[in-house]
Amino acid sequence: MTNTSHEVAKGPHHESGAAPSALSAHSIVKRFPGVLANDSVDFDVLPGEVHTLLGENGAGKSTLAAMLCGLYQPDSGYITRNGERIALSSPRAGLQHGIAMVHQHFRLVERFTVAENVILGSRDLSFRLNRSELEDRVSAVAESFGLPIEPGATVGDLSVGQRQRVEIVKALYQGAEILLLDEPTAVLVPAEVEKLFENVHAMTQAGKSIVFISHKLGEVVEISDRVTVLRNGRVTGHVSGRGTTDTRELARLMVGRDIELTTQRASHATGHEVLQIRDLSLNVGGVSVLSDISFNVHAGEMVGIAGVAGNGQKELAETIAGLTSPTSGSIAITGSMSTDRGPIHARELGLAYVPEDRLGMGLVPSMSILDNLLLTRDRNFVVDRASVEPEAVRLIEQFEIKANGPEHIARKLSGGNAQKVLLARELSGGRSATKLLVVCSPTRGLDVGAIETVRALLNDARSAGQAILLISEDLDEVMSLSDRILVLYRGSIVHETPGESAQLATVGAAMAGLSTEGNA
Amino acid sequence: MNENIWVLASADSVAIATTLILAALGALFTERSGVLNLGIEGILLTAAISSFLAADTSGSIWLGLLIGSLAGALLACIHALLTVVLRANQIVAGLALVIFGTGLANFLGKPVEGKTVTTIIHPLSFGPLSDIPLIGPIIFGQDIITYASIAIAILSSLYLFRSRPGLELRATGDDPATVDAQGLSVASIRIRYTLFGGLLVGLGGSWLMLAQSAAWHQASTTNGIGWIALALVVFAGWRPIRLIFGAVLFGFTLQLPFTLQAEQITFIPSALMQMLPYLATLVALIALSRPSMRNKLGAPQALGTPFVRDER
Ligand SMILES: Nc1ncnc2c1ncn2[C@@H]1O[C@H](COP(=O)(O)OP(=O)(O)O)[C@@H](O)[C@H]1O
Ligand SMILES: [Mg+2]
Repeated sequence: MTNTSHEVAKGPHHESGAAPSALSAHSIVKRFPGVLANDSVDFDVLPGEVHTLLGENGAGKSTLAAMLCGLYQPDSGYITRNGERIALSSPRAGLQHGIAMVHQHFRLVERFTVAENVILGSRDLSFRLNRSELEDRVSAVAESFGLPIEPGATVGDLSVGQRQRVEIVKALYQGAEILLLDEPTAVLVPAEVEKLFENVHAMTQAGKSIVFISHKLGEVVEISDRVTVLRNGRVTGHVSGRGTTDTRELARLMVGRDIELTTQRASHATGHEVLQIRDLSLNVGGVSVLSDISFNVHAGEMVGIAGVAGNGQKELAETIAGLTSPTSGSIAITGSMSTDRGPIHARELGLAYVPEDRLGMGLVPSMSILDNLLLTRDRNFVVDRASVEPEAVRLIEQFEIKANGPEHIARKLSGGNAQKVLLARELSGGRSATKLLVVCSPTRGLDVGAIETVRALLNDARSAGQAILLISEDLDEVMSLSDRILVLYRGSIVHETPGESAQLATVGAAMAGLSTEGNA
Repeated sequence: MNENIWVLASADSVAIATTLILAALGALFTERSGVLNLGIEGILLTAAISSFLAADTSGSIWLGLLIGSLAGALLACIHALLTVVLRANQIVAGLALVIFGTGLANFLGKPVEGKTVTTIIHPLSFGPLSDIPLIGPIIFGQDIITYASIAIAILSSLYLFRSRPGLELRATGDDPATVDAQGLSVASIRIRYTLFGGLLVGLGGSWLMLAQSAAWHQASTTNGIGWIALALVVFAGWRPIRLIFGAVLFGFTLQLPFTLQAEQITFIPSALMQMLPYLATLVALIALSRPSMRNKLGAPQALGTPFVRDER
């Protein structure tokens, strides 16, 4: 392979000179406006093996996969299939060569049935569609790989894990020999991940090649025959050997320096109750979104809410922030009721809110950093920009925001810097000092450096005595930062555990709705 | 009460429904691919005058219908070019098409304004069947295009829900990214069905000219039927079979003011009756503009959004 190879151990499939690789990329370069997404990348996958692409967000994994399946064309470099050079001008060309991709965002028509989705685009179909015959055919393919699916079910009614299975069946139905799975575990709870890994084994047993994309070290070590690490669009190393791989080495290759794999919990002393939630319920359009939620957050404490997306996290955050009125129950911030009083009142009580949608709800993208700061400052009729400017300059410096100054437009900031501006605004307090911080998925989509900074900022805020409610779908994040973890499932808190002694398996099972024990 | 008038009225409803079925089917195919074409009214007018001129100069109604349909496809081609290729805002492009089509029809029709077509489409004759009281004239008193329009609607339903290309069409309107990932060309599908839709609308406009209003009046030939067709698609939930019934119902309401007037029934103001279809259109367009309503009604989920291939 390349001169940057770090051969830690030899895997079963990696005896050099063996059968030609099923698919390989040679010196692939891909440029997007302002980004070199792939910089001379070499990659190959053998028949019957799992070859993982490991790298942080933005490393260029999806871009490489998109070129391997024909969705994007490389600027230079070429691709070979069984040793022969091929041109992949479109996803159809990819499918014709037996290459299929399961995208990070599923490509399924929600209103269609499973069978309709699976057969969509197949060229070998007759003009007339015979429902039952198609459903039988789809079932047959699914069962031959041990993937149980119900062909007549509507995809919109399926769980995320089931939808992913439909995607895999679709690829197999189209005769894929090589499957590219783009961050397949990102949307799954631990139990579903186990199932997926079983399916992956069944497919490799049948001689299929799997390109597995991930940024989670633990699972990569578990599933891969070989690992190729990408960083900033470049291959930083190859590691082979299932189960013998050193996660530390992988982490170093991925990030470019030694990192602390577990963020340390700041030592803390919890104080009085800053947020008190009692019997909170919320119905939206007759559907119960939150039911009977009660918990407290103390000064100097970080409480993490874990859960799979869509179990009421967003609604909980917005109810606390005063953007939504609960159907019943009460919320008190620093001892005063804030229920039904609106967002401005909540802020006056000391609430700060960092929504998940940074540039949508958090910042006004077309306005400058300074103007965005002004939004939560004094509410006089005449805006006094001059008086806030020194603060803006100070915050840019203090939070190490990479910007040209207070007049830098929010939209033109990178994701990490936009998040820092938002945190800077919320943590520095507006009309009243911040006592409670509600943050949603604060590190989603950020690069490693920015993630570390943001987490450090949250830890600092906790040390400074602020109460923090961390709502995140990133289970690792919740597990590593929180003093206490609550699991939200279908709008209820189904599990509570101290952060120190939290078990991944137990929390994961609770997220999947499998266990209700352990309620404190 | 004059029974004859009511028989004529019912026959009229079915007849007006023909234009509605064809125009609404055209809009339905276009929208099922994810393209919203608000320019139906403009296409109808241009198609009507084109068919008038073609039939008048050649003396052949068939040539009239053909030229009118092609004129419809041509205008739809402009819409496809603007919205699919250049990714212009579909609402703006559609409204521009109404203005353009109306202006074009006005220009083409200037010399013949108020004149009557010499060759018109005649109803088919089913012999004694057409003489059955009441249902005879309604069911057996129509011309070939009316029967054809119902057949086209039924075939369209089979095509949409029972065929491979129909599946691909529906998928394109719901989720173009998925269709793209399957290696099908979203642009080509959208252009094809926008053109086909224009062809159907054009046929409807030509038929309206050659079988309905024997005289060309730029201001009153189509009388807003294009807008009503758009509403009809919404009320029919983008389903061809439901669309047939909706068209008959709308056709009945459209001619009702005239019948009531003839019957000298005056307790319902005829202006109010005349307003009803347009009110329905207004309601439909408001419903279309609300995402939650759109979903409930069964609108194609990507209706009105240009497709750009992008990983994120
Ligand atoms: N369609 C696109 N247009 C512009 N930039 C893109 C596009 N897709 C990806 N990028 C950029 O390319 C880089 C690599 O992205 P990606 O391949 O998605 O990373 P990964 O999948 O490893 O998280 C990122 O900096 C990203 O912003
Ligand atoms: Mg990616």
